[in-house]
Amino acid sequence: MNSLNFNIDFGYLEGLVRGFKSGIVKQADYLNLMQCETLDDLKLHLQSTDYGNFLSNEPSPLQVSIIDDKIREKLVIEFEHMRTQSVVPLSTFLDYITYGYMIDNIVLLITGTLHQHTISELIPKCHPLGSFEQMEALSIASTLLELYNAVLVDTPLAPYFIDCISEQDIDELNIEIIRNTLYRAYLEDFYKFCQTLGSTTADYMSEVLAFEADRRAITITINSFGTELTKDDRATLFPRCGKLFPEGHSALVRADDYEHVRAVAEFYSEYRILFEESGNNPTEKTLEDKFFEHEVMLMKKAFLEQFHFGIFYAYVKLKEQENRNIVWIAECVAQRHQTRIDGYIPIF
Amino acid sequence: MPSVLTPVYIVIAISVAAFVITSFYFNFTNQGYRYNIGWLLQDTSPFMWSNLGIGLGISLSVVGAAWGIFTTGSSILGGGVKAPRIRTKNLVSIIFCEAVAIYGIIMAIVISNGETAYHPGVWKEGEVYALNSQNRHAGFSMFGAGLTVGFSNLFCGVCVGIVGSGAALADAQNSSLFVKILIVEIFGSAIGLFGVIISILQVTHAKMGDKP
Repeated sequence: MNSLNFNIDFGYLEGLVRGFKSGIVKQADYLNLMQCETLDDLKLHLQSTDYGNFLSNEPSPLQVSIIDDKIREKLVIEFEHMRTQSVVPLSTFLDYITYGYMIDNIVLLITGTLHQHTISELIPKCHPLGSFEQMEALSIASTLLELYNAVLVDTPLAPYFIDCISEQDIDELNIEIIRNTLYRAYLEDFYKFCQTLGSTTADYMSEVLAFEADRRAITITINSFGTELTKDDRATLFPRCGKLFPEGHSALVRADDYEHVRAVAEFYSEYRILFEESGNNPTEKTLEDKFFEHEVMLMKKAFLEQFHFGIFYAYVKLKEQENRNIVWIAECVAQRHQTRIDGYIPIF
Repeated sequence: MPSVLTPVYIVIAISVAAFVITSFYFNFTNQGYRYNIGWLLQDTSPFMWSNLGIGLGISLSVVGAAWGIFTTGSSILGGGVKAPRIRTKNLVSIIFCEAVAIYGIIMAIVISNGETAYHPGVWKEGEVYALNSQNRHAGFSMFGAGLTVGFSNLFCGVCVGIVGSGAALADAQNSSLFVKILIVEIFGSAIGLFGVIISILQVTHAKMGDKP
């Protein structure tokens, strides 16, 4: 798969996704959106972007959750179109992108069942990109082993469950460990798959997935301070790829507070900058925001090269970020809390 | 996805194997003299060489043009969905690729016009050597001319195609870029033209027939 053959199977989709990318909301549109007083103003301004009349059928008192759902629906329509038009190996690549959402959906359904919600309440809350056929059957079992044997073994995520099947009942703490273990297996599998795809895709996706793995390692470490998660358990949740693997991981396992984590990040130039520019004061950006900014910068780099699959991954991530941005602005407008309305992450 | 070169590897492997096996056979059965390059060049017909040249010339040019057209065409289709304005302007890239196939046709016609029948029966004694070498020279020239135009058009077509694909996608994002990238395509197209010029020079010396 190189510049000579890429266009045979994937040229049309590459052109299409670059067209979609040029429809991503720009800085000038965000400035307009920030000036809105009500959600109806927001809807009016969104009509002049690529979104068009997507909200025209909604009844008049608009809510932020409806805007969120409709934005997500547009991404899903575009993604499904590309997925149905694609052939192997692009179709496998796009499937790998959906597995992340599937993991989130599975965890959502299990948690919801634990809290005695019915399946029909939970299904609408799932992310549509991560839907799979056996979703409705997830309420039947109480231990993960039963659940796996009954339902999950037929899903594409079956190989990721190997590390986390146990006889214990599913409860609150276990759910997060299950989520992170699944995600770790998924990231490692995706990383291996991208290496088989050829030079440009492998180079780009290695960098991107390495950042994703490092970000998860740092976030898991910071979130685990003050919980019952032991250090050994923490080590099993870090994905085995990325810049921090393996020395950074062993240092993170030994960390006890935020300053230790910052000291570990000092050894890696990109992460040192992210830690330096973030802070906990109201005026500074949080570490999470800085991670999002770094991710956006990496995603924009995908479009500088031709003939690789990274643009599809980058497009999905940029649309998600745009979704978060518009919902943030919509929330600030709806609550008339204008002080932090510019807390979105600029994309283009 | 398997590499596009795998069939080429297979063909090369089979021909090398055939060569090695027959050479060992000849050597071990005391027939080493049968490997005779001089015999090969003298006794094969010049018409074989000239027709091979014509065939390779036109077919490799068409392969190059086709490669370029599909590379550019699929990008124009994809980019034209969200930016319909690029559709007409980018047909220029397709035209550049097509020109490569036209060079191939022209050269094939020019080369084939040089083929004339010759009749060794009517040659005079003193002219036999001269006429033989002239006809063979013509055959080899036409083979070389066909190869020249074929391969240079092959690579020219691929080059123009890949650049044209980039031009279409860049034009979809920012219309001022198209004219700049077109200049790169023009340079790429020039290399095909070089092949045609040299090929014509090779063919003009080719003279077949009964007159020395």
